[in-house]
Amino acid sequence: MSEEEDDIILSELDDDELVQQMQDDLYDGLKEEIEEGVNILLGRGWAPYDVLTKPLVGGMTIVGNDFRDGILFVPEVLLAANAMKGGMAILKPLLVETGAPRMGKMVIGTVKGDIHDIGKNLVAMMMEGAGFEIVDLGINNPVEAYLDTAAREEADIVGMSALLTTTMPYMKIVIDTMKEKGIRDDYIVMVGGAPLNEEFGRAIGADAYCRDAAVAVETAKTLIARKHNQLAAG
Amino acid sequence: MTATPEDSDLTDHGLDLRGAGRVLAIACGALAREILDLKQANGWDHLDLRCLPAILHNHPERITDAVRKAVADNRDRYDEVFVVYADCGTGGLLQAACADMGVQMMEGPHCYAFFEGNAEFTDRGEVTAFYLTDFLVRQFDAFVWRPLGLDRHPDLLQMYFGNYDRLVYQAQTDDPALTALAQSHADRMGLRFERRFTGYGELQRDLAHFAVQA
Repeated sequence: MSEEEDDIILSELDDDELVQQMQDDLYDGLKEEIEEGVNILLGRGWAPYDVLTKPLVGGMTIVGNDFRDGILFVPEVLLAANAMKGGMAILKPLLVETGAPRMGKMVIGTVKGDIHDIGKNLVAMMMEGAGFEIVDLGINNPVEAYLDTAAREEADIVGMSALLTTTMPYMKIVIDTMKEKGIRDDYIVMVGGAPLNEEFGRAIGADAYCRDAAVAVETAKTLIARKHNQLAAG
Repeated sequence: MTATPEDSDLTDHGLDLRGAGRVLAIACGALAREILDLKQANGWDHLDLRCLPAILHNHPERITDAVRKAVADNRDRYDEVFVVYADCGTGGLLQAACADMGVQMMEGPHCYAFFEGNAEFTDRGEVTAFYLTDFLVRQFDAFVWRPLGLDRHPDLLQMYFGNYDRLVYQAQTDDPALTALAQSHADRMGLRFERRFTGYGELQRDLAHFAVQA
C-alpha cells in the first residue's frame, strides 16, 4: 500500500467517496477497511440493505467482471470475497431486523464426490447479497440432501456445483430423480462449475448453466420473475 | 542415452525428442521422465517422444486443442501416434478428439488414477485426498503453491484445502529425498501424509502395448 493510500481516513470521506473507496478496498481484499466502512455508513444512518448493495455487491461485481476478463485471478477474488464476508457478518443480523427484499430461496451445494466449494461459496454469497435466502448444504451431497432440503425449505431454486469432470455427471442423477418423482417443475435448477458449459447444462436438463456468481444472480432473478409471471398468468 | 530433462523445462516448454523413430508418443510433460525411463529400460528405440508443457495441467481447457495440433503436426511423419494423456479435466473432449483423429490415448480421469490403476483408484473413492506424483512433488510450487497465490497469501490455505484431510503421495520411484519433500508439502498444507508406491502402473502396461504392437 502506498503512503498516499495510508493517509486516507475513511470517516472523513463523504458518502460517495466512501462507497468508491470501499469498492477499491474490496477489490484489494482489505477486510478490516471494509468492516470499518460498513460501520461508518451504518453510523451515518444508511439502511443495511443499501450498505450491502452499493459498496459491497457493487464492488464484488467489478471483481467478478475483472475475473471473467482475465484481469484478476482466483487468489484475488478469494481475498475480495473474504473482505465482503467481513462486511456481511456485520450486516446480516441487521438485515434480518430491518427487512430486505426477498427474492426467493435457494438450496445450494456441491454434488456427491466433490469437495471443492470455492465457487459454490461465491455464488451463495452473491445470491445472499442480491436478496436471496440461502440454504447451504455444503459439500459432497447425495440426491436426497438436495431433494429433502428443497422440499422441507420450500425452496424456489436448487443449485448444484462441481469442479471435477468425474463428479459433474451426478447433476443429471439429481435432475433425473426429480423427474421420476414428478417434482422437476417445482424448482428452478441452476448448475455451475469450472468444467461445465451451456451444452452440458442443456443436456442434463438444468434450467440454466451459470458461468460465474454474477451470472448466477442475474439468471436467478430472471427465472424467478418468469416463474412468478407464469403463476400469475396460470 | 538421453539426459534427464529439467523439470522446469518440462513444466513450461515440454520436450521434443523426435528423431528417426517409427512411432510417436505425444505426452504430458509431467510424464516425460517416466516414459523415457520405460523407453530406455525396454529398448524401445523406435519410439519417439513429444511432450507438451506440463503446466497445461492447470488449464485443462487448453489441453484438447494442444494435443489436436501436436497430432496433426506429426501424424504424417509416423506410422502410429499414441496420446499419453488421461482425460485430465477435459470432460471427455480429449477422448472425443482422439477418437475423431483415430489415435489411442490412456484411460482414466488423471495420471494419478492410471498410476494407481483406474479400477483401484475408483474403488477407493477418496474424495478428500489431494494427490501428488513424483513430478508434482518436485514441481509443487509451480503447480500448486504459486498459482493459488499461497506464496503471497498463505491465509487462503483454508479456503482452498479446508475440505481435504490428506495428501497422498503416489510414488513412482523409491526416493527418500522425494518422500521427505512430499511430507513437507503435506505439512505446509496442514494435511495428513500418506505415501503409496505405485510404480508406473497402467502407464507401463499401456505404453508397452503400444510400443510392442506398433
